[in-house]
Parts: sequence; structure tokens; C-alpha cells
Amino acid sequence: MLQHVVRSTVIDAPIARVWAVLRDFNSHDQWHDVVAESRIEGDERGDQVGCVRSFTLKDGHRIREQLLTLSDTDYKSTYCIVEATVPLQRYVATVTLKPVTDGDRTFWHWESTFATPPGQERELHRMVAEGVYEAGFENLRRYLRDGGDRRGASGTTMPTALPLASRCAVVHRYGGPEMLQPGEGKAPAPAAAEVRIRQRAIGVNYFDVYLRKGWIPAMMPLPGVPGMEAAGTVIDVGAGVSGLLAGDRVAYLGPQPGAYCSVRTVPAAWVVRLPAAVEDDVAAATLLKGITADVLLRDLGHVGPGTRLLVHAAAGGVGLLVSAWARRLGATVIGTVSSAEKARVAREHGCEFPIVTAEHRFAETVQSRFGGADVVIDGIGDAARDENFVALARRGHWISLGQASGALQPISADRLVEKSITFSRPVVFDYATTPAEIGLRAARVWAALADGTLQAPPIERHALGAADEAHRRLESRRTIGALVLIA
Amino acid sequence: MIRVYTSSVIDASADTVWSRIRDFNGLPQWHPGIADSRIENGDSSDRVGCIRHFHTRDGGMIRERLLALSDYDYSCVYEILESPMGVENYVATLKLTPVTDGARCFAEWSAEFDCAEARERELVETIGQGVFQGGFDALKRQFGGR
Repeated sequence: MLQHVVRSTVIDAPIARVWAVLRDFNSHDQWHDVVAESRIEGDERGDQVGCVRSFTLKDGHRIREQLLTLSDTDYKSTYCIVEATVPLQRYVATVTLKPVTDGDRTFWHWESTFATPPGQERELHRMVAEGVYEAGFENLRRYLRDGGDRRGASGTTMPTALPLASRCAVVHRYGGPEMLQPGEGKAPAPAAAEVRIRQRAIGVNYFDVYLRKGWIPAMMPLPGVPGMEAAGTVIDVGAGVSGLLAGDRVAYLGPQPGAYCSVRTVPAAWVVRLPAAVEDDVAAATLLKGITADVLLRDLGHVGPGTRLLVHAAAGGVGLLVSAWARRLGATVIGTVSSAEKARVAREHGCEFPIVTAEHRFAETVQSRFGGADVVIDGIGDAARDENFVALARRGHWISLGQASGALQPISADRLVEKSITFSRPVVFDYATTPAEIGLRAARVWAALADGTLQAPPIERHALGAADEAHRRLESRRTIGALVLIA
Repeated sequence: MIRVYTSSVIDASADTVWSRIRDFNGLPQWHPGIADSRIENGDSSDRVGCIRHFHTRDGGMIRERLLALSDYDYSCVYEILESPMGVENYVATLKLTPVTDGARCFAEWSAEFDCAEARERELVETIGQGVFQGGFDALKRQFGGR
């Protein structure tokens, strides 16, 4: 049900004076106690209808609001939330002033409608009514009494140059999922060739688990924030950045972890713009995984008509994308999954022959039914090592993408020679090193999503503050599709 | 078109003040400038379209038709059909809005009309201060307010 909040008061000041403060869409950080920082995006003016203001609240929340109406004849301002870390949905608010001719005072009416997640109606209604509107009445009264509006603009700052608060999930000690703890950080103002992104959806990859466990300490020293990809909106850009503007919807992947946060400053070279049709969570679920699939099938597997492709964890985030894309390329797609439910989803996504095996026993089936696999895409690691050798066809290619079951023990070159096997151990970032390369591969992923070659995998969403639970789920092998953190 | 606008704050809830002023036939009970009032044709005073026929204390006869009445918005709109004031196309609105911080309400009374140019200033004063503010002053005396 839509919430409707109405609050009103009478201010002991002429309407012209009150309106001079309220008509400035960028003034709240000067008089409203809950607002720590306010700025107008894209260098627009605060009285430009359509402009977007970006608030950082004292409690760390961030709200972006767009000015929809500004009327100097009706003393009215209407605005809506376009993005917020508080779950106010479809929030539209109107501030109206009216003169009290009897005493030269001002009647101030502030109302809004919005939806909330179930169960939060009362709490959010109260926050808006009391925390924002009633507190705002008192704060403006005090501001005018103290003559704050007559001091001029000397107190205003350049908020774009300031670091912004960023919530994150941080690892202080390598170990289990519980080592992921909520934390507070800062996203510095973007330097040259950097952009600062308000992140909304963050992709969770198995690689993040390795970082958390401390398998690659050089890549993530402690304390460290994992995460290689995210999607969101550009807050601001540094010098020399072209093709990206504040407000652009973007996603990125990069070889340095740190994506498990709400605001992040990254090299512009990592960033791609999002097509309108790709939602933030879909982007976070498919960018790195889709580019991985592109690298595996195109650059490494040379997968085409008739290729016998064996994909482990076929119902996982990468597995579903690889299966669907390989099928479209004409491959025979064989997959391993750990449950009948996962087999059903894998089949829906293009894996024709899912093999249900909880103990990684698949080689015999692959050999007897298909005569072996030309390409094996392996995220399992050591537990599937011997089975992979048996399952591979002559001249087969074993692509070791991950090691969810444990570190892969060294492979003897003598074993490879038995069947002329090729072994690869790719890191996807080495295949996406330049903006042009990232852009090209991302474009192929978006095009594949648009033409139906790929369908977005099922997405399991977790709050950024519950990143530990997301890892627990990922490692449980019970998830289907991709995991995404919502910041 | 001339516009007159008068507003005030009355120290009583909108519900309370509204119950006092919503009766289209009730002006003599609260407005000091009105001597008597009746509704023509035996209509009830909250039927939209009804006509009130009243006299001011200085003897002038005025007929006004109710154009809109809203218990939801605490507002009423009416037009003058006949009066000695020399106004044309006169439509007025009386409206209350709750003030949520405290048991107060914001009262607005406005009108738009045409008249001879030479009489604008006088009519704005008479209507805005005499009729509208005079009514608000009476309500403030009854309910409080400054």
C-alpha cells in the first residue's frame, strides 16, 4: 500500500525569505541536520528542473533525487527519489509554501507518497514524517533565526573533491565466510583517469572465496575487500576521462579486488556503459561470468559445431552462461551438477546432457556415451582431477578455471602426453586488459542477452551487509545461477 | 481579472473550524458582517448548486451559488449571482488546511473577479480586509490565534 505522509507548519518569516532557501534544490546540507553533503550532479544549477541532487546523510545513507517541478508563482517544488540506499520506493514529494497574509508569515506544507518493502511501512513512514519533515521544520526555523540564509554562500564547499563514505564487506583475517565483516570505508574523489561509482549490484564469484581464504594473499593483503565486479551509476569522473558522465549507468570488472562496497573509485579503463535493457543486478550477474564464457569458448576452447564440451558446475553462474552460449555455437554440451533440481535448470539453459553426481563421478558416462570430451571446463579442481583425465578425448583441452574442491595438485607433463592433452590455467583479466578488449567482450555479452542466445541466470540476491551469508551459500553448492550483493 | 488572497492561522483543528464554517447558510452565526441568510427554494445548504440569499449589516442584498463543497479538502467554492458591489465573474474559495505541528489550521480565502479599473483598489481592500480578514478575525476571537 502506498504510504502518504503530510506534515505542515507555520514559519515566522515572510514567504520570500523561506522560499529563497527552499527553492534551492542544493541547500539542505546548510540547514537540515540529517544531510551531511549535497551536490547537484553534472554541474547543473539547483533551480534547473530535471537536475539530480546527490545527498549523503549523516547516517551514511545516500539518496539521489530529481527535481520534477519548480514554481516561483506557486512556491512549489516537486521531486522524486531516483536512487537511494533507504528502501523508499516510488517516492514523490512536494514542498508548497503559502503566505499567511495575516502576520506576514509562511505556511509550509510538505507531503509525499511512497511504497516500502513489506513490514517497513511504519518505520519508514515515521522516518520520513519525523526524521525528515518535522526535523526539517525545526532546523529551518533555527537556520533563519540564526541568520544562516544571510551569511551568503561562503560556507559552501566543493563536495566533489571530498571522499565519500562507503559501506563495505571487509576481511580482517583469512578464513571462513564469517571473516567477511561489515565495515566503513571511504571512496576518494576520482583522480585523473578514474571514475567514482555508486554501486548498486556487486557480482559474487568463486574467485572471491579464494581471496577470502587467503589463497592469493599478494592480491588481497589484509585488511582486504574482495570483489572483482559491480554495476551502478557514475557519481563523478576525474580529469581526462572521456565517454563517461555523472549519472551514466555502468558496470566494471578489474584485476584488483575491492568491489564489495557501496561507493568505489576505479580506473575508467575498467568501466563499460550499460545498455538500458540490462538491469544493474543482471549486469553484476553476467559481466565477469559472461566475459569468462566468451574467453573460454572463443579464445581457449575454439568451440564450434560438434565440439563435445564438458562443463562442471553447469548450474552455476558461469556454467549456465557457458552452456547456453556453447549450445548456440553448435556444441554438444555435457554438464555435471550435484542435484536433479540443478539438472533441470542446466537443461533449461542449454546443457543437453546434465550428469547428476554429488561425488564428481562422470568420466565413464562421458566416455561411453560421447567417446570423451574435446573440452573440459573445470571449476572443481582436485576432486575431479583423475576423472577429468579419463573423460578427456584424444587431443582434448582441459581448462582449469577454478578449484572449488581444493587446490589442484601439480599435473605431470607425462600424463598429458598419454592423450596429447592440452592444459590451460587462464585468468580472465589477462584476456580483458584494454578498454577496447573489455568493451568488445562486454558488447558480445549484452548482444547475446539481447538476442536470446543467453538468458540471464537465476539471481540470488543478498544485502552487502550479509556478504558472509552469500559466501556461505556459494560454498554450500546449493545455489543455482549467480549470486549478487545489493549495496 | 483581479485576485484577492487572504490567509491566516487559527488555533483550532481544521475539523473544529470546518464544522463552524461549512454550513453555506451559516454566515450570520460566525461572520460579523452578515445580518441574516436563507437558502432559496428550500434546498439544503450542503447541496452543491444551492443559492444563499443574505443581507450584510449595512443592508446590501447578496445572492451566491455554491459551486463546490469538499469535506475532504475542507473547502468550498461559490460565485456571486447578484450584489451591490459592482463585481463581475466573482468566484471565491474558502479553504482550511491542517497544520500538523499543533492543533492549528491554515485558513485561506481568495476570490477572482472583474470590475471597473477605478474601483480595483477599493474592492481589493473591502473584500480582502473587510470580508475575508474580518471573518478570520472573528474565528480567531472564537478559537484563538494570532
